[in-house]
Amino acid sequence: MKAPDFAYARPASLDAALALLAEHGEDAVPLAGGQSLVTALNMRLSAPGLLVDLNAIPELTGVSEAGGEAGGIVRIGAMTRHRDVGTAALVRERLPLLAAALPHIAHPAIRNRGTIGGSVALADPATEWPACCLAAGASIVVRGPGAERRVPADDFFQGLYTTALEPGEIVTAIEFPVPGADAVWGFEELSRRHGDYALVGLAATGRRSAGGLSDLRLAFFGVADRPVLARDAAAALEAGDLAGAQAALAGELDPPDDPTTKAATRLHLARVILGRVAARMRGGSAQEDGPDGV
Amino acid sequence: MASENPDRAHAVAFTLNGEAVRAHVPARMHLGDLLRQSFGLTGVHLGCEHGVCGACTILVDGRAVRSCLMLGVQADGATVETVEGLTESGRIRDLQDAFHARNALQCGYCTPGMLVTAAELLDDADAATSREAIRAAIAGNYCRCTGYHAIVDAIASTAEARGQGRRDAGRDAGLEAAE
Repeated sequence: MKAPDFAYARPASLDAALALLAEHGEDAVPLAGGQSLVTALNMRLSAPGLLVDLNAIPELTGVSEAGGEAGGIVRIGAMTRHRDVGTAALVRERLPLLAAALPHIAHPAIRNRGTIGGSVALADPATEWPACCLAAGASIVVRGPGAERRVPADDFFQGLYTTALEPGEIVTAIEFPVPGADAVWGFEELSRRHGDYALVGLAATGRRSAGGLSDLRLAFFGVADRPVLARDAAAALEAGDLAGAQAALAGELDPPDDPTTKAATRLHLARVILGRVAARMRGGSAQEDGPDGV
Repeated sequence: MASENPDRAHAVAFTLNGEAVRAHVPARMHLGDLLRQSFGLTGVHLGCEHGVCGACTILVDGRAVRSCLMLGVQADGATVETVEGLTESGRIRDLQDAFHARNALQCGYCTPGMLVTAAELLDDADAATSREAIRAAIAGNYCRCTGYHAIVDAIASTAEARGQGRRDAGRDAGLEAAE
């Protein structure tokens, strides 16, 4: 189908973009990579009066070290394309969880165009970056008419396509704390066909300690209206009880029933991938046996 | 040039298959329609128009993208290549020959998107070109004849031939360095 009629502007600075969004209010929608928004327009699921294209704003792009003298933060500009996130040297070295997630995001042509900020702002509950943000304890950097603010991922994702973004605000960057030397991580996703939305996925981080695993954050996606931290399962796993962790998921995840996949099936698959990720994290090899290629 | 000011239509200028072109495009028109309707590039096939089927895949600034998920106005300032441009430049001649030899064409509807997707994969020297990697790369391109096996054959044989060429070039370079 064809998109409805709308106006379009491509401001060259963040301030100009925010001014347009403020001026036009709810009638205006920011356009990032467009891999979901243009679909929604073509299918007439959305009919904004104005698209404010963020693609010509250089300050929204790129991967860099931040955090000043203390260091310890990798800042990823919101308009950085999926592919550029996953292939950036800084990401591959410091945030291997993100590099592992990349091949699961749709298909090459989508990864070439879609952006991490767009994905986080859309907050589709079956997508990879929001869960990675949650697992990694990232902060979402937001700008609006007022001052810049940082929202922890724990508070940012609030429901189905619902975030802590206020009207007129956009995501400008995501800041990831760099894990320490004893960090472990894991990523696993099951989908009907490679590149499809996840039936269930898991992004996990933690630390290896003398007794096993500690400080675990298990962010499941595709199983609720937002990415979900399975805290009871994490506690059980830290205590060395994998079966207990798998059992705990029943109380923590509330997967949707849909015509093709029953909730019980998704819950079963969540237990399966928890087992796989836990085994790799405990074994010291976090690398998943996923599809090769980027 | 696409304006910083909101408007329902914009003048755009970009490089299309090696030539500088200009157009006046409604904001709502996606790039696939602009290429077909204003420039007659009907090798850009439109299937689903929501990014799923991959038939409309083109190269923008050297990277494969869905032309149905980019607005025509967003091409302003970009370098755009369609299957026609890739054909005329001879850049995918070996790939096209392999598609022909392996009967990977069938009805031909998905072929332009398959060729562009494969072209990007084969250009990436770091990309794995195992059959599994090829299948993952083309998973976003639907073939309604279900001719995937022959398509994977064609891409794999092209990768093998090019890889052999690269290895030969590397060996020659090594010999030269040794001499």
